[in-house]
Amino acid sequence: MILREKFEVPKKYNSFSFILMAVGVLAIIGLYLTTHGGGGTEEEKKIQDARFWASLLQNSVFFLLIVNASIFFIAATTLTWGGWQMTFRRVPEAIAATVPVIGLITLVILLSIVFGSNHTIYHWTDEEHVKHDAILNFKKGFLNKEFYVIVSVLAIGLWSFLGWKLRKLSLQVDNNPFKTKEEAKKYVWNNTVWAALYMIVFALTVMSSIPWLWLMSIDAHWYSTMYSWYTFASTWVSGIALIALFVVYLKNNNYLELTNKEHLHDLGVMMFAFSIFWTYLWYSQFMLIWYANIPEETTYFKPRAQGIYGGIFWLMFIINFLAPLLILMTRDAKRKYTTIAFMSVLIIFGHWLDFFQMVFPGPSPSNVPLIVYDFAIAMGFVGLILYITGRTLSKYPLIATNNPFIKESVIHHT
Amino acid sequence: MGVKKFVVGNFYDEAVLFPAVKKTRRAGYKIHDVFTPFPIHGLDKAMGLRDTSLHTAGFIYGISGTTLAVGFITWALSIDWQLNFGGKPYFALPAWIPIAFELTVLFAAVGMVLTFCYLCQLAPFVKKDHFNPRSTDDTFVMAVECTEKTNETEAISFLQSVGAQDVQVMYRETGWWIGRYDRDTIRFSKKVEAAN
Repeated sequence: MILREKFEVPKKYNSFSFILMAVGVLAIIGLYLTTHGGGGTEEEKKIQDARFWASLLQNSVFFLLIVNASIFFIAATTLTWGGWQMTFRRVPEAIAATVPVIGLITLVILLSIVFGSNHTIYHWTDEEHVKHDAILNFKKGFLNKEFYVIVSVLAIGLWSFLGWKLRKLSLQVDNNPFKTKEEAKKYVWNNTVWAALYMIVFALTVMSSIPWLWLMSIDAHWYSTMYSWYTFASTWVSGIALIALFVVYLKNNNYLELTNKEHLHDLGVMMFAFSIFWTYLWYSQFMLIWYANIPEETTYFKPRAQGIYGGIFWLMFIINFLAPLLILMTRDAKRKYTTIAFMSVLIIFGHWLDFFQMVFPGPSPSNVPLIVYDFAIAMGFVGLILYITGRTLSKYPLIATNNPFIKESVIHHT
Repeated sequence: MGVKKFVVGNFYDEAVLFPAVKKTRRAGYKIHDVFTPFPIHGLDKAMGLRDTSLHTAGFIYGISGTTLAVGFITWALSIDWQLNFGGKPYFALPAWIPIAFELTVLFAAVGMVLTFCYLCQLAPFVKKDHFNPRSTDDTFVMAVECTEKTNETEAISFLQSVGAQDVQVMYRETGWWIGRYDRDTIRFSKKVEAAN
């Protein structure tokens, strides 16, 4: 079989991603003008300002974490000595190349929110306010600007660096195949060590501190120890959906000759399983608070489950749980490119909504903002991911033919 | 069920077994079953077995569990004997989800195990013949059923030609039965003819 070496970016693909990015930039400008143009009282201005930054925060954090999930995919499969993903592993590697770029954008947004004078999103940044607030005063050791900035910079920097390192390890064997078995063994070990390092960083950031700092501190009085796991589950399942989408797109254009329905099936299995896992955490967090019924805790769910965000709450239940459960349950559905592509788009949209209702009820509990702007900004991020991933895919061979695990992947079947 | 006549061949290598299974099917012989010491990926496809419907059964057991749990708790706590737990409504659905979930898992798991045992004809005190005890150790055993159209001598030489060894003609009980191997000799070793 003749393998097509590299992905050639079609002109349509590039112009499509540029249009999406332009839509995103226009939406940011439009949103800024609509939220900062009008007059009104000081209080109204604050709410408008919060609406603008909340939108940027939601989109940048969501897309950063789902592209970061690609590195997690690489690290997790490397660490478990998985072989099945090797025929399409260049796809998550290419998605991982977007982490530094989106990370930088996110960092700029986070720093503007923290050091912006209005304290509209994170009210723990207001030192005057913290002095008179017993709860926030107690949490001062964790919720302060210095700690926030250090952890954010470290996290984004380490994700970018380790993602780059794992990609480089994969690319370095393309032109110099292994001569001895020992060399290959050493390579696998080397990979394992770097993947393990990433995993430690991941556990300390995405699975714990980062969602607490970036998202949970919007509702600074409230806390949930399960929150980070729940955010991780959300981004991990969307990350797999994103990988599956790229795989389906490349297959559609006659690339990735060695990837077949067996690999698609496993991606479908993971999407199915982690949708259930997400629901498990989402529901556990809700049920414990519902059962204990303590006012400090129920404030979080008051606007979300029973208030005006209730519609989104139940829509999420349908999109993120019922749809994957019922549609992806059968073996045949997981082996159809159309079903997987459709479900991937649905899952990414559903978890984007999840992030929407994580962020927005904090700054605007009494009215749901017009979702059109947020959606347009999301399109901008999608365009950015498409552009960078396409560019990276076109630079390097699409299949890691010299990897020790490639044969295991070629003969893989479920 | 009942006692039938088989031509049984033993294989000592997986790499010989696979092409042999395919050739035997193509030659038109009726493969009764292939017994292996461990599960072999892809053998079911080579033998032309249909996909199992065990998972459909599992789904049905699962939803029966959910329905039973939710139905019973609703009847007990919201209809028959209403109790006030910490000011929660009588129909407190969120609190019942864990129980519904547990019962779903329990029903699906136990039901699927029992169905699996039934389909494989496994149960305590029940005996099932598998032609050659070495199929639980180190040999792959293929049993070809003799129908009225099968010519035994041809079948034997065919199996030998595809790599089988110690080919024998055996009369064996195909179903399961309750009893003991040492007493029920009539069931499975009525007559053993040497091939050569």
